[in-house]
Order: sequence, then C-alpha cells, then structure tokens
Amino acid sequence: MSNEKTSGLILPAERPSSLVTRRNALIGGAGLLLAGCDQINASPSVKSFLSLGEKATHGAQRLVTNRNALAQEFSRSEMSPVFRQNGNQNPNTAEYNALAANKFADWTLSVDGMVAHPLRISLAQMMAAPRRTQITRHDCVEGWSAIGEWSGVPLGLILKRAGMSSNAKYVVFHCADSTGGVPYYESIDMIDAFHPQTILATHMNGELLTVGHGAPLRLRVERQLGYKQAKYVMRVEAVSSLAGIHGGGGGYWEDHRGYQWFAGI
Amino acid sequence: MATQFAEGGAEGSAGRAEADASPLIYRTKLPVRIWHWVNALSIFVMLMSGMMIFNAHPRLYWGVYGANLDHPWLVISHRGTSGFVQIGGFEIATTGFLGYAQGVAYAFPPLVTIPSTYSLADARQWHFAFAWVLLISATLIMAYNIVSGHLRRDLALKPEERSLSHLWHDIKEHARLRFPTGEAARHYNPLQKIAYLGVLFVLIPVVILTGCTMSPTLNAAFPWLAELFGGRPSARSIHFLCAFGFALFIAVHLLAVVLAGPFNELRSIITGWYRLPKERSK
Repeated sequence: MSNEKTSGLILPAERPSSLVTRRNALIGGAGLLLAGCDQINASPSVKSFLSLGEKATHGAQRLVTNRNALAQEFSRSEMSPVFRQNGNQNPNTAEYNALAANKFADWTLSVDGMVAHPLRISLAQMMAAPRRTQITRHDCVEGWSAIGEWSGVPLGLILKRAGMSSNAKYVVFHCADSTGGVPYYESIDMIDAFHPQTILATHMNGELLTVGHGAPLRLRVERQLGYKQAKYVMRVEAVSSLAGIHGGGGGYWEDHRGYQWFAGI
Repeated sequence: MATQFAEGGAEGSAGRAEADASPLIYRTKLPVRIWHWVNALSIFVMLMSGMMIFNAHPRLYWGVYGANLDHPWLVISHRGTSGFVQIGGFEIATTGFLGYAQGVAYAFPPLVTIPSTYSLADARQWHFAFAWVLLISATLIMAYNIVSGHLRRDLALKPEERSLSHLWHDIKEHARLRFPTGEAARHYNPLQKIAYLGVLFVLIPVVILTGCTMSPTLNAAFPWLAELFGGRPSARSIHFLCAFGFALFIAVHLLAVVLAGPFNELRSIITGWYRLPKERSK
C-alpha cells in the first residue's frame, strides 16, 4: 500500500503529459455531453414529458389552494424602499404618447368579447368605481421579490357589469406595449378573474401609476408571477378559448419564450 | 448463500485464502436501491436546472423582499471577463468557474446547467417536472424506511453511537481514511448514518418546503410557510443553501465510494450484494 502511494508521488516526467491528455479528454467529453443534453432538451417527447409535470403542478396548486385564498398582505413598514421597474417601461407609440401627454384623460378601457354589454370605461370612471387597496409581494419569474401597495377596481366587478357570458373561460388583457413589434398580452382563468385580490390597478404606493409601472392601468393577479401582471392594459376580452389569440399560448412570454401559462410557482 | 459466506468469513484472520473468500452479503434492499437511483437522477436534474434558474437573478437576500436595489448577502457576477462571488463584505475571484467561464457571463457556466444555453423557461420546466419525481420518491422511501424498520434498524444511531467520544473516534478514523472492516462494515457507520439522516430529514424536506414557499399560489394556500422561513427571499436563500448541501453531500459521498472501493460499493447499490472488507490486521 505505502509503496503504491510513493510511486504516485514520483515520476514527475510522466505525470504532466498524462494529466493534459486526460484534461483534454475531459473537455472533449464535456462538449459531447453538452451537445447530448441539448438534444435531450429539444426532443419533443422530452418536452411533452416535462409539460406533464407542468399540468400536474397547475392541477395540484389549484387543488390545495382555496379559490378565494388570499395572497399574503403586508404592512407599510414591510414595503420595498424602491420598487424596481421591469419588462417594457414605456410603450412609446404615437397613440400612447398622445394619451400620456393628456394625462390619459382621453384613454378608455374596452371590455368586450363574450359579454352582453360591451363597455368603454374612462379613467375618471375607474377612479369613481369601488376599489380595493392591497400591499402585496410581486414575485418575478427571475427570482426577485418587491413589496408595494396597489389600488384599483376589482376585475370581477367590471366583468359582472359587462354581463359576461357563463360560457367564457378566460379573460385576455391586451396591452399598449410591444416587444420587437409583437404586442404584449396576458390571460387568466375565471378563478383568478373573480378572485377578490385581482384588480385593475390605477395606483401604486398611493400615487397614480407611473409610465414605468404601467400607466394608466395595470393588472394585479396576486397569486401568480410577475409576467402575468400586464401593464398598459387597453382592452379586456372575455373568450371561451385562447386558440387564435396571437400565438395561442395565452400570453406574450408563453408564446415566445415557452413560459408556463399558469404562473403559480 | 449470503449467510454461509458471512459466517465463514466473520472468524477469518488476515490470511490470503480467507481474503479471497471474504463474505458477500446482501446489504441493500431493492426499494432502497431503486430510490437511490431515482433520487440521484432527480437531484442532479434539480441541481443543474436550479443553477440555470439562479442565473436569471444571481443574487440572494434575507427578508420579505429582495430585488436589485436591495442588499444581497450573496452575489455571483462579473466585471468584464472577471467572474467573482461576493459573500457579505468578502469578494472572491472565480473567473473560469463562476460569474464568467467558458466565454460567457453567467453565474453558473453552461457545463453544469440544464439547458446549457440560457433559458429560464426550459430550466423551470425541468425543475418542476423533476420536483414531482423528488417529492413522490422521497415520500415513498420515507414510508418504506419507517414501515420496513430500515430507519430504526439501519439508519438510527445506536445508543452507544450517540456519545461524543464515539463520534469523535469515528471522525478520526474517517480522517485517516480507515473505514470499518469485517463485521463492522456490515452496518452503516455513525458518520454515514448522520449524513444519510441529514439528507432524508433535513435537506430533502427543507428543500421541498422552501421550494413551495417560493410559489405565490402555495403562499396563498399556506401563509405559514413564508412566516416559517422569514419571507420568500429568505426561503430562496435557504433553498440555495440546501442545494449547496446536496452538492457537498454528493462530493463527500462519491469520495467515500472511491476510497472504500468503487466496484464493491457500486455492486451493492446496483445488485444489493456487498463484499465485507477483510478485517484489518492490527
């Protein structure tokens, strides 16, 4: 035993070359491994196996969560000192800039699709409507969290006022912003649409929404991740299916980046 | 057959003839072997996809909020082509390993992430699919460990093993790379038991619970989870520390396998059959 150990320490002439060879072999092997892994990641059958997991996760979350269970609410002292902006921070289109220049006095929210009475709601009407204020945590899919106060009109109230059809399954939010020419949109199901904390927010931290945070109107779906919190909402549409709306995935990130439609985790 | 061999070899001294006939025993039962490999696969997928998820925001915080403008306790980042890890006030240069490696500026390099090129969406799909594998297999093995008596008989520390002097002796033996031989090798040794119990009763439950705490939907269902861990960013930090714990366990575990005889160890975790190392001559 001890002889073996000693022999391992000597023979310096041989060691370096064999190490280099091994190292090269290791790097080469790693490259092959990576290529193999990427093929696995791109394989349709692997993708369908992984999406089974997604379905199970969505189902399990709905199963264990009461449909009216509230997201945690915080006190003022727990709020983030600075709530960072993210995603698109200004739609910067001619129409949007004109609306913003006039402090959104000419802005209206369209409520249409499978509704008995399509609505056009002005910002002044939004301000006069019953509202809910909540201090909640915004969880970005990337991993950061920020706590802020949101105030706005419960979405369920607006949908009821519009006489939404009982056949509608989803609510789609069409937004003023776009990325690379592709418009932002998002969608939620009726459980979240009628959840008491789901609001169309006009205010953040006690002030009117800034352009960076989605002025004049932003969706808050407090039990889902940040990319569901659509900013610059222009139109609310009740639909029975997401197929045929943009890429059919139910949202910009879902269509273009493969993010999960149900962003509960 | 196993019993025959075991009894034959137990009395054997260090002669060559006995060495060749050192006993082969059936040590690892099928459920444990299946769980070991299913768990190994899911832990590797979870670690690798988890590192890709971490790359999306390579900063960790304590508290109820935590974003770019707040104070992180850990950052893995880069300045130009220099990678670094910042822990509290300390900074360590990690170019080539973390922060900047393989020509790309990500916290964890392509070699160790799933997928290898940046995709938070794909990494999340892998992570949450294999989270089910981890959760279900961990639940089943827990039930098996309790019902079969594996926990009480093989994993729990025996009363005499619980004394500090006994553990200290075991630590010294491990440090000298003197592993149990003969009859003593029939059972897990105390440090081994502590490592396995740590994985089963600390790392796996805490990693699952902190993972659930990061879900805004489960947060609404179980508000006590975020309270328990001191907020979502804290839970994320603990989740990462658990991942580090798994990585550390894997490193020590594999080292122990290599030192204790990889062929014999692999045979026992694949087939269940383990050859008792012959008694050391004193």
